[in-house]
Amino acid sequence: MDLSLSTRNVSGPSGDRTVVEVGGEIDVYTAPKLREQLVELVNDGSYHLVVDMEGVDFLDSTGLGVLVGGLKRVRAHEGSLRLVCNQERILKIFRITGLTKVFPIHTSVDEAVNATD
Amino acid sequence: MATVELRFSAQPEHVRTARLVAAAVARRAGVDEAVLDEVRLAVGEACSRAVGLHRSNGVLTPVRVVLTEEEKSFSIEVGDEVPGAGVAAADAVGVPGARDEAPAEEFDDADGEDEMGLAVIRGLVDDVEVRAGEEGGVIRMTWPTTPAVALP
Repeated sequence: MDLSLSTRNVSGPSGDRTVVEVGGEIDVYTAPKLREQLVELVNDGSYHLVVDMEGVDFLDSTGLGVLVGGLKRVRAHEGSLRLVCNQERILKIFRITGLTKVFPIHTSVDEAVNATD
Repeated sequence: MATVELRFSAQPEHVRTARLVAAAVARRAGVDEAVLDEVRLAVGEACSRAVGLHRSNGVLTPVRVVLTEEEKSFSIEVGDEVPGAGVAAADAVGVPGARDEAPAEEFDDADGEDEMGLAVIRGLVDDVEVRAGEEGGVIRMTWPTTPAVALP
């Protein structure tokens, strides 16, 4: 399955958040598309991102690299990048690479949008 | 003898094919369903790494994936043809002595993403072996299998 991407803006208590809904497989072939999307959002001034990974079937280290790159970009603008994920097999990849300490991971888009820390 | 052998040109779009084939053969070999996700991810990481190495070093030969069903185990070997490239991999997974076997010439090993790929493999697979040689590197991963119940 290919990668699908869609974005929408949602207002939260700390301001607008851009939700990026990702579906399909994020791997060495499709990760560049996600990278382009994140770069484009930051270039357009969206510095608070919520990446919704509930529709992701597969994630590898290339995808992790893209998310880390996105985090680096938004942080340069004092922004944030939060993830939404409840899938154990995807969470496992964040755990074994130690990235659960780097990304705030939420159980729903609402929770991520309303996070204020 | 290999159960299934796969060669694909070093293009990112073919890594998915390698994942699908590896998971299908692993399932048939009796690898536990719960572990198939790990097989898929680990073989994908190893193939992504090999594709990256071939491309960054201008190697035009295909990436090789060898799937072997043994009596109580299932193994996958992913081989690249970049001389010495396995050295960093061996170091990363802590294989002693690997560096001594590697040729001395310069090679362009991949960047941080490569290390993250290896970290994922190491985190997922208990039995990992990395070999480096003049013809390239091989990552060998092995999983236990449960023998199929004989049908009447």
